[in-house]
Amino acid sequence: MFVGPLYHMGWYHLFYQYNPDSAVWGNITWGHAVSRDMIHWLYLPIAMVPSKWYDINGVWTGSATLLPDGKILMLYTGDTNDFVQVQNLAYPTNLSDPLLLDWVKYVGNPIIVPPPGTHQKNFRDPTTGWIGLDGKWRVAIGSKKGKTGLSLVYKTIDFINFELNDHCLHAVPGTGMWECVDFYPVSINGSKGLDTSVNGPYVKHVLKASMDDTRVDSYALGTYFAENDTWVPDNPLEDVGIGLLLDYGRYYASKTFYDQEKERRILWGWVNETDTESDDLRKGWASLQTIPRTVLFDDKTGTSLLLWPIEEVESLRLSSDEFEGVVVKPGSVVPLNITLATQLDIFAEFEIESLASKNIGKNNIIDCGKIGARDRSAFGPFGLLAIADDSLSEQTPIYFRLSDTTLGNTTTFFCVDERRSSKASDVAKPIYGGKVPILSGEKLSMRVLVDHSIIESFAQGGRTVITSRVYPTEAIYGAARLFLFNNATDINIKISLKIWQLNSAFIRPFPFDQSQ
Amino acid sequence: MKTLSLIFCTLVMATISMPAGTNCRVIQQNKANLIEETCEQTPHRDLCIQYLSSDPRSTDADVTGLALIMVKVIKTKANKALDKIHQLLQESPEPGQKEALSSCADRYKAILEADVAVAIAALQKGNPKFAEDGANDAAIEATSCENSFSGKSPLTNENNAMHDVAATTGAIVRQLL
Repeated sequence: MFVGPLYHMGWYHLFYQYNPDSAVWGNITWGHAVSRDMIHWLYLPIAMVPSKWYDINGVWTGSATLLPDGKILMLYTGDTNDFVQVQNLAYPTNLSDPLLLDWVKYVGNPIIVPPPGTHQKNFRDPTTGWIGLDGKWRVAIGSKKGKTGLSLVYKTIDFINFELNDHCLHAVPGTGMWECVDFYPVSINGSKGLDTSVNGPYVKHVLKASMDDTRVDSYALGTYFAENDTWVPDNPLEDVGIGLLLDYGRYYASKTFYDQEKERRILWGWVNETDTESDDLRKGWASLQTIPRTVLFDDKTGTSLLLWPIEEVESLRLSSDEFEGVVVKPGSVVPLNITLATQLDIFAEFEIESLASKNIGKNNIIDCGKIGARDRSAFGPFGLLAIADDSLSEQTPIYFRLSDTTLGNTTTFFCVDERRSSKASDVAKPIYGGKVPILSGEKLSMRVLVDHSIIESFAQGGRTVITSRVYPTEAIYGAARLFLFNNATDINIKISLKIWQLNSAFIRPFPFDQSQ
Repeated sequence: MKTLSLIFCTLVMATISMPAGTNCRVIQQNKANLIEETCEQTPHRDLCIQYLSSDPRSTDADVTGLALIMVKVIKTKANKALDKIHQLLQESPEPGQKEALSSCADRYKAILEADVAVAIAALQKGNPKFAEDGANDAAIEATSCENSFSGKSPLTNENNAMHDVAATTGAIVRQLL
């Protein structure tokens, strides 16, 4: 999970929950890494460790707030010696250090303790602050009451003295504990990111929370009422915790920050392992972050966000292969002749051709299917088979399933089927998926980033995203392949793709001995 | 409610020296009810009640405490399984058996180092979902150990017991979420 991402003096900073002793959760400190481009990361020394009674049992998640005068303040949750969750303040020792190596904890910590009525173990993950109408800062903190997940709001002028608002920002019954609350504006003209304090008529506010009960990152678009610090969803049926997900796969504890350098809102996501702990101990590491994603309002649907890999990932592109109009008939698989298939950036567009032949297809399956890509229906599934081997004994289908051939009328699902991703019997192999709106006049498209054991799949420019972990035993290194497939019964698919080989990012320790 | 029973308890004791115990037992029965209520929502109810009741700490425990007791059971069973595995390895087993036993040793070590350690920390610190992950992993490690034997497994009892205890633990932790 991530803490306080920020941009400072030419470097993007990432802090992450790190256990220096083992590849499992525990002994949580702040790992620290920097990058010029959020792709090529360099490890720095650990930024913060449990050292005081108020964080001795864990230096947990938090957020950075950049003050107008350039100061950086970090609010974070500490787990005290009595296992109480409290909020603490920390700041860089030296603001003119571009690497922000040293951090100091405020002497008066903790600055916020669980308020009356809030359980001491349900009070964590303070957000980046935003300025309200009265000039005071607001910070949101996730919690729950019974089974109602909610976000508390605190006001402050100095980030030392805080007052709790009477009303919470928002609450949704039945959703359980809200972790890693994130609250930020998006422009409805959809072209740039916005600073966290921006508000106005051309702005909607996103409220996001990580659902402790179900391990998903849920969000909703709505309106922020600055007069009383409350937020109301545009669609109460798709409220936080019961509606859209930032990612329909293995993805949790994400958070955004505003990149003031390139005027973007950037989303970080945590992807943990779905193999066994014994595997993790043997390999000596666990957990990944996705390629960071830009966050924009989807002004075409008006009801969702668009999440897309940052353009800097394109700097990893090496050679490319292009395939134009490959026809894939019902029930067939087409191999693609590319050099390697383990580190790829794929962009594919799909055209549908209705078949005049007798309609033998059932169209009663409209979702991912109980048996995933093996469940055939009239207009799906079709897509790519990633991390597959020649004999297809291992394969990970990434696919669309349409309910109608007229794109404006279809209910479409975008899915990743892991059931045959690996022959190993001790790894998780779920089917992931979510609906993706397709508007008439649009082309059906997907973008897929493949990196050995992680696949990030984006449908329709990032309207629906799925991150998956796979642990193949055969489809590895030189033996991995990429195929096209069409398991629909009533349509031909014509696929055009561009596939780039991706270089490694050579993530390594910061070279302090060399000049940088 | 509690105050009422206490007063009644005292009154009864003052007048008759007999079933005062009945009312005081009500208080104890509430604790036994917590064990029953909790175990009702687990896949192996009787096993759950058996393990929890036999640990003296269960009388004062809340659901987190009950979960910690079950994690202790996982730890004890994992240690026992490891002892047996080391014993079997010392008896010079044939290659297929030896490989499976070594793999099982890794798995049970992971149960101790990862699952148990993380579960205890997570339950104490109020982030129970990591404890649920640990319990689920322990069940998978045990099943995988059992499946690694091509012939007859010498650890069937241990693996089955671990699976059931782990599943029970996971179900108790889920009630904390």
